[in-house]
This record gives sequence, C-alpha cells and structure tokens, in this order.
Amino acid sequence: MSQKTEKLIDKKGLRLDGRKPDELRPIKIEVGVLSNADGSAYIEQGKNKILAAVYGPKELHPKHMALPDRMVLRCRYHMAPFSVQERKSPAPSRREIELSKVIREAIEPAIFVEYYPRTAIDVFVEVLQADGSTRCTSITAASLALADAGVPMRDLVVACSAGKVEDTIVLDLMDAEDKVGSADVPVAYMPNLGVITLLQMDGILTPEEFEKAVNLAIEGCKKIYALQKEALKAKYVSVKEVEE
Amino acid sequence: MSTIVVRVKQKQIAQLIAKGKRLDGRGLTDYREIKVEQGIIEKAEGSARVLLGKTEVMVGVKIETGEPFPDTPNEGVLTVNAELVPLASPTFEPGPPDENSIELARVVDRGIRESKAIELDKLCITPGKKVFVIFVDIYVLNHDGNLIDASSLAAMAALLNTKMFNYEIEEGEIKIKPGCTSLPVRRHPVSVTFAKINDRLVVDPWLEEEQVMDARLTITTDDDGNICAVQKGGSGYFTPKQVFEAVQVAKEKAAEIRKKLGW
Amino acid sequence: MPTFFERRQIATPGDLLADGDYIAGENTYKEGSKIYAARIGLVEYEDKKVSVVALRAFYIPRVGDTVIGTVVEVGFSGWTVDINAPYLAILRASDVLNRPFKPQRNDLTEVLDVGDLVVAKIVSYDRTHNPQLSVNEPGLGKITRGQIVKITPTKIPRVIGKKGSMISMIKQETGCHIILGHNGIILITGKSLENEELAMMAIHKIEEESHTTGLTDRILQLIRKEKEKREVVENESKN
Repeated sequence: MSQKTEKLIDKKGLRLDGRKPDELRPIKIEVGVLSNADGSAYIEQGKNKILAAVYGPKELHPKHMALPDRMVLRCRYHMAPFSVQERKSPAPSRREIELSKVIREAIEPAIFVEYYPRTAIDVFVEVLQADGSTRCTSITAASLALADAGVPMRDLVVACSAGKVEDTIVLDLMDAEDKVGSADVPVAYMPNLGVITLLQMDGILTPEEFEKAVNLAIEGCKKIYALQKEALKAKYVSVKEVEE
Repeated sequence: MSTIVVRVKQKQIAQLIAKGKRLDGRGLTDYREIKVEQGIIEKAEGSARVLLGKTEVMVGVKIETGEPFPDTPNEGVLTVNAELVPLASPTFEPGPPDENSIELARVVDRGIRESKAIELDKLCITPGKKVFVIFVDIYVLNHDGNLIDASSLAAMAALLNTKMFNYEIEEGEIKIKPGCTSLPVRRHPVSVTFAKINDRLVVDPWLEEEQVMDARLTITTDDDGNICAVQKGGSGYFTPKQVFEAVQVAKEKAAEIRKKLGW
Repeated sequence: MPTFFERRQIATPGDLLADGDYIAGENTYKEGSKIYAARIGLVEYEDKKVSVVALRAFYIPRVGDTVIGTVVEVGFSGWTVDINAPYLAILRASDVLNRPFKPQRNDLTEVLDVGDLVVAKIVSYDRTHNPQLSVNEPGLGKITRGQIVKITPTKIPRVIGKKGSMISMIKQETGCHIILGHNGIILITGKSLENEELAMMAIHKIEEESHTTGLTDRILQLIRKEKEKREVVENESKN
C-alpha cells in the first residue's frame, strides 16, 4: 500500500466521488436477467458490474461427491479479463479461489441445505467490471439469484464493506480507497436474524476502530437489503400494476 | 474435507462446551501446548517447526532475487504458500493447492503483510528492477486442527530465524560478502482462531472440535494489540457481539503467546 | 400475537410474517415463536397456519403426482427420466413391458429411447431414494404428438383454477386435450397447430399473471379476441 497519492478525503470531509464517509455508492439491481439459469441477478454498485447465476438444485456429478444428508453448495467467483485496468488472466487466481470459498460460506448459512440431500447448487459470479468491494457486491447478487431460483432461504444475505481512509472510517470502499486506504473490512449479514456470515479484514485497525467499521458495514448492509427486496419484488409487482 | 463424525461424540463435545469444558480437559480459551523449534533445515535460509498439541507444521524460508511489484518498486516481495501434505491427514489429497490450502496461505500472508512484520523496504536492490523475494513455504505435517494458528506461528518463527548473506551492489550486480545478518523483522503478528460450537466460542479448536463446529473466526493482532487480519470460515455465522468479544480474547491470547515465546 | 403482513401481500425470504402461537406452513420456517418467509411469494394466513404461496419454486416429487418427463438414459433394466426436479426418476422395464423382462432378449430402446417424452405417475420417493415412475394406468405412457409448455411448477394450481374452472375453459375454447404435469410441464394436443398455439398462449399468460385476480375472465377474453383476429385474417386471405 503506497501512501503518495491524491487526498482521498477533502477538506469538507467528502470522498473522491463526492460521497460522505457513511454514504453508499449508487446501486442498481435487476433480478431474473438470464433465461437459461434457474435464478439470476445483475447488480451495479458504483462502477462494479456483476452478474450472478444459480443452477440447481440438481443431481450432483460425479456422484461420489454427493452428501447423503444435505445439498452441496458450489460457488465460483470469477473476474472477466477486461474487468480491471490491466488485463487479468482468465485462469482462476489464488485470490479468486479464496473468494469463491468465503462467498460460498457467506451464503450457505442462509440456505436450508438439509432439505435436498444428494443434490447440488451451483452459484456462478462473474465480475464484469471491478471497482472495489467486489466480494460484497457479489454476495448481494448471488443471494438474489438464489431467491430467484426458488431456493428456500432463511434470509437474503447482503454484504457491504467498511474501512479506514486517512483516519476516517468510511462505508463501501471503491478501488482507489481499497488500494490506498489503511484497512478494508468486508461484512456479509442476514438482517432479519442479525448475524454475520462473512467477515474479513486486512490493514491495521485498533479494536475500537474495527468495531466501528463492522457496525458501519452492518448499517450499509441494512440499506442495501431494502434495495435487494425491492428488486426481487419488482419482477412480480410490475406485472401486477399494469394489469390492475 | 468433510468427514463423518460419530453423533454421540458430536453431542458429547457440545454438552461439555455448554458447561465450559472441553473433551481434552482444556478451558474454552486455553491453547494446547505450543512447542517451537527453529533452524531445523540447514539448506533453507530460515526454518521452524511448530507443534500445537498434535498439529505439526514446518515452515522453510528461501530467499531469491526477482522483480518488485509495479506498485511497490522499492520493496521486497513476500510470497506465502501452503501445502497440505497428503501424509498429514486422510482427508488431504495430492494435487494442486485446493481452496483450503490457498485460504490457509492467504490468511497467514495477510497477518504478516498487513502488520508490516518484515521491513520490505530494506529488501530493495535496484528500485523497480531487482529486489529480494522471500518465499515462505508452509508444510503441514500432521493435521489435528487449527492449522491457521500453527502455520502463522511457524511462519513467524521461521522468519525470525532467517539469515541473509551480506552483500554489496557493484554496477547493479550483487556481490556476496562474508557473514550474514538477520532478516529485518520488526513486528510479531499472532493469529488466534475460534470455533463456534453450540453457540459458544472456543479457542484453538482441535480436529474433533473442527469437525463439529458451525463456523470459524481468526483474528490476527500485532504487538500493539491492533488488528491486522480477520477471516471468518465455515458455513455458519456469528453475532456482532460474539465477534467483538472474540477480538478482546484474541488480543489477550496473542499477548500471552508473544510473552511465552519471547517475541 | 401479531401478524406483520396482509393476505396476498408479497413477502421475500427472511420477512417476519407472524410472532406467537402460529404454525409454519409451506415455504415458511419457525425460529422460536417467530415465523419467517423462506421463499418469495404471497402470504396466506389460515387460522393458525402461516404460509407463502411461492412465486418461484422448483418441483419436488410427491407420490401420486402425474409428471411429464424426458428419457435421458436407457439402462440395463429400465430408463432414467428427467422430470424437471432435483432428482432424476427411474422407470423400470418390468413396469412398461408388463411381463418379466430378459435383458438378453429385449432391446429397451425399441420401447422408449433417449429423447422420448413420457407421461407417468410417481409411485415411490423419499429422501434416500430417487423417485420411481409407473406408466401402468390409462392415459400414461409415451407421448407421440402435441406441444410441450414448461412453467413454474407452483403455478400449476393456477392453470387448473378453482375446481378446474380455468383448465376446462381453455380446453373448451381451444378444443385441445391438455395434460398438466405437477412438475410444471404441460402437454397440449389439438386438432390443429393453431388451436395448440392458442392454448399455449393462454398458459403463458397465466404464468405471467398468476398472482393477479380475475384471471379466468381475462384469459377467456384473450382467447376469444385472438380467435376473432385469426378469423379476420383468414377471411381476408380468402377474399
């Protein structure tokens, strides 16, 4: 993390894109965007553009991978070669393999995996353009794709990051802030149950700052949750309004 | 890596934990015995073996020269890799690193990198062109739970044991001089891992506890008690309160370990 | 003991529907005394039972259901059938052939081959075994003609309508024979392709607007309007 760049927070306390410290980037969500998938969602959060698709539950091949008492959830987080400034090799990187794991473990607590033994669900996340906090944006989209596929869930999982930029705890880091800032705390949350399903951190924070960052990220999650629900309902409500 | 756990045992572990006890007699926040041995591989620039109960991890450090990252032209490069060696557990399979070994390496890496444990700016040879590359290779030799903490400890012990040859730079080329100095390590990040079982948190889970846990949480702190890495794992969840309580315990436990090891 | 939604209001997974002495019905779950939605759908309160009529769900086999499936594999002693569910179904050769069958002598592909469609009944299914099918009843067996429509399985009851009102109306208006698979697959066979198309259009419309009211009347109007339109076109082309 190099320190010699432009100021990330100006004198008025505003960030590079004019946001206040506790402000989210603009978010646009659409559910059911892919006809082949059993469920899908598209999300834009700032310059992040991410597609998520769900296939299943279906029989698992190879069969010996199947579990006798529950469903297997599989997840692939992948970045398009053109999603970042310098072309990224399409082969999965170590970072992508780790993120695929933590994203899977973030959405799994929401799913009633015990309902459908011996089956599998595949969750595919494609980052078409990346601008910081993509794992969070991916989780928000993936859980909508699952709901769209009709998978029974305890709650929607929603995720948002917080971090520290020039001594200020800020919400929803974009790429420039992630790179130069001194800490990044991604959090995934199930708002109705009030529990955290993904938590990571890199950087340096005092325990007090960490607690503040987690709480701020949870507040961000709650705001995105409202948008998530709206997007899910929009697929059905729009039809209703036209007809009645 | 899922294995079938005998139901009775699952129940037994959960019932004991509800009473604040554990199957191996430890309290909920007790570590297993930690043994550290350094300098055991002569051909590596640094090495260490850590025993955490029966969990055994060896780490070798090798130093080579290479190109710096474009965004840090004046800094050396740290590379952490982990191998879940098949002889360490019936659940480990030969082959390219799977998601578990990649996660393990990246969590250990994050603790060392973010705490700025190694003074990477002292490892530059020619800015933008040539720097020292520190390879930290984690070798898990016996898996009895809590690989993250055992590996983090072994990595730090190996780095503290690492010697670099003395050198001079003549026209951009390295010229080796007699004698060696220690790798510039100034911070001592220590990770503390919790398992959530039956809605209670236990420190340093061993294998049987890991097999029944709902979720895992690792918190790495530096010498000042600041947090430098966090990683939640497993398919369960934590309440915010559990996380904040874990932070306090992690801070205390890390300080205890540092004191014990004289770091 | 409050409830938090109105009847037929849309809920999403995780929405708190009721708190107190209630019973968790379909597509809901209970934590302590609280009942939450587990799927997106319309909330229903019936006495003490709280449920969600799912707008999106996949088909889960039930013994006694009629399903329409595709043969995906011909095995040694029977067929594997894709019934649009998380589990593949099994159809035994002895059930189809109605006599003891000898693998050496009988070529199963002559009876049913990969890609063939069958109407069948589910005779057994549980958590540990894949569903088993039977075609041993009148009206079941290999499908040779007609149109196939796939809809969300939860919307099959809507296509049936109250006491079968919707489906009999469509049959009457289009003159088509219609078999509804509980797995969301529908077979339409009519005298002409035009008639079949009319029925298909009606069913797609029902799927899109399944959560709205007064649907039967609207579908009736739609079919009639479409028929008129076609007659006009036909007459014009005759002139």
